[in-house]
Amino acid sequence: MIFIAPATLGFVVFYIWPTLRGAYLSFTEYSLLSAPKFNGLANYERMVQDSFFWNALGVTVEYVVINIGVQTVLAVGIAMLMYRLTKSITVRAVILAPYLVANVVVALVWYWMLDVQVGIVNTFLGWVGIDPVAFFGDSHWAIPTVAGINVWRHMGYTALLVFAGLQTIPKYVYEAAEVDGSTEWKTFWRITLPLLRPVLVMVLVVTMIGSFQIFDTVAVTTQGGPINATRVIYYYIYERAFTRFDFGYASAMALVLFAILAVVSLLQLRLLRAKESDLA
Amino acid sequence: MTLNRRTLLKAGLAALAVPAVAACNNGAAARGDGEIIYWLWDSAQLPMYTECAKVFHEQNPQYSVKIEQYGWNDYWSKLVTGFISDTAPDVFTGHSSKYPLFADKGQVLAIDDYVAKDNVDLGIYQKGLADRWIGADGKRYGLPKDWDTEVYFYNSAFTEAAGISTEQLNSMTWNPKDGGTFEQIVRRLTVDSKGRRGDQPGFDKDNVKVYGLGYADAGGGDGQTSWSWYAAINGWKYSEGEPWGTKFFYGDPKFTETIGWWRGLITKGYMPTYAQAKSGVDVTTSFGAGKYAITPNGSWMLGTYGTLKQVKTKLARLPIGPVGKRMSMMNGLADTIWAGTTRRDASWAWVKFLGSQTAQDIVAKAGVVFPAVAASMPAAKAAFAKSGWDVTPFLEPVEAGDVFPYPANPNAADVTAVMTPAMESVMSFEAEPGSLAKANDDVNKILSANT
Repeated sequence: MIFIAPATLGFVVFYIWPTLRGAYLSFTEYSLLSAPKFNGLANYERMVQDSFFWNALGVTVEYVVINIGVQTVLAVGIAMLMYRLTKSITVRAVILAPYLVANVVVALVWYWMLDVQVGIVNTFLGWVGIDPVAFFGDSHWAIPTVAGINVWRHMGYTALLVFAGLQTIPKYVYEAAEVDGSTEWKTFWRITLPLLRPVLVMVLVVTMIGSFQIFDTVAVTTQGGPINATRVIYYYIYERAFTRFDFGYASAMALVLFAILAVVSLLQLRLLRAKESDLA
Repeated sequence: MTLNRRTLLKAGLAALAVPAVAACNNGAAARGDGEIIYWLWDSAQLPMYTECAKVFHEQNPQYSVKIEQYGWNDYWSKLVTGFISDTAPDVFTGHSSKYPLFADKGQVLAIDDYVAKDNVDLGIYQKGLADRWIGADGKRYGLPKDWDTEVYFYNSAFTEAAGISTEQLNSMTWNPKDGGTFEQIVRRLTVDSKGRRGDQPGFDKDNVKVYGLGYADAGGGDGQTSWSWYAAINGWKYSEGEPWGTKFFYGDPKFTETIGWWRGLITKGYMPTYAQAKSGVDVTTSFGAGKYAITPNGSWMLGTYGTLKQVKTKLARLPIGPVGKRMSMMNGLADTIWAGTTRRDASWAWVKFLGSQTAQDIVAKAGVVFPAVAASMPAAKAAFAKSGWDVTPFLEPVEAGDVFPYPANPNAADVTAVMTPAMESVMSFEAEPGSLAKANDDVNKILSANT
């Protein structure tokens, strides 16, 4: 008991208490500068009618789908290449490099590179005869751009997780497949991917929760715009709380987001049978 | 970044840790009674204020000032957490878009009694400036320290190449129908990829190399550096009872026709599309790279334009409009006292000092901003001239009294939240200027719900 006391204290002070207080604040009108006033379910009723909230959820889902979809495919691809082609430590280090750069720095560097008038990417596009693309300014491009930047930053790290998972697959299965004359392509679909499932589920759950939390890239580049194209849910919560001092409403949205994430994670674990391995 | 955790953490900490925080470095207990903490966000002004603090301490040995500087983005959230955790600075730089809410919530100190007691002469400030710091409740919340207006920053190599004289640039006219001589100049300054000008035959508006006019954004609810002067010289006002508007007029035809003309420059190819404008790092960087001939901006940007070494930048007056004169928004900063300070007398002494000519002369000599004290202005003008700027176009509307205030409002953040996407929709042609009437209804709904 005594040994876990510091951790417990930290958990209570920094997690349990703030969560409870946040839940309480979600039932109040709280401007931060004056005492919270209990207002029942008013914040939740407002949320149902708030088109910005629904837009923010929609935009966030669009981001998560593009981000996680592209990132997972690329990560598995890179992991396979690392596993089958090279054991070079240098290559592994290079692949992880983007992940070691701070989010905000990554976002700002890309923001400059993708500038429509003075950015290097549009200069290159110009050389091959493509008109400049307003990556951050066009409402159709903004979310794919933000998602792409974060794929670039995170895919190496995700690939390493998948790579670790690959190493848990026993060699004898592959030897058996080879003896039976299975092609590389077939082996991947029939053996590698099914046996990788528990690891992939873990990776998906973790990266998806992280992906829902997209905030910093938006905060330092588009700030929710153009129009409402990148007003993702965390950015909207932040705006409500810290620029509009609407803490009660922001807390209510944070709580709803928490519930959504819990349900999504549970569903993923259930549907993909995370606890069982096909190896048995 | 896990925001909800941070949010909750702050909320939770505020409730739990007030006694603990109060005892730490910034806390009231750890400092001497005469030692106050002062905040500002502009790093360029830090040296002048450090100098001011030195002089202040010499004149008032019983008081001393510790200056802390935080960038604009951190400044306001840090300040608010300071309010709730009792660790806010005794005195801080205030902004017209922010202090009304703080006054509304009782976080800034009304200084009327001090001003009366010490017989502070409010006549030393530029006309109208001191009154900006009288809140909606009629109480005074700060002494002005500086002010700003808008002009056109133009690339003089481009205007010379286009054969446009300085006189032409400084006597432009404007109207919402055809844009007046201002639009003619913008058209002439626009150059397509084949070198044809906007007023020459064969001009290709889809392949423009240099845009005549640049813009940073759609302007939100104030349009300070984008459309505010066009609307004003078209006879439009933000609200009933400026600056403490209770009813806004964003649906007014005078406003919607102004915006309709403005975005028409995109269709004509003289301004980049909204997507392009917003996709840029910022408007000054693009100006510095020679992508724009003219960019409107505020006087606080003089330093930034000064660093653009690849282009030669000059200043031109805003145009004369249908109302028969030029007009500019005039905004400014003031030093305000936190209501929770335990060092009121020391704080007031510092605010009074910063509002005096002694302090503003120090600020003026650095040539970074325009001082609020009229008598300090020549020093500032000389300092700007030394860096190559003739700042007369900024001063003229102030001297003529043809200025209008920033639309101050305790609900400014909510108004912005409605107006920013509404204006962006119009500028990106996803909505018609007429749709601003609906946004205006939303704004007025917010105002009536909160009064």
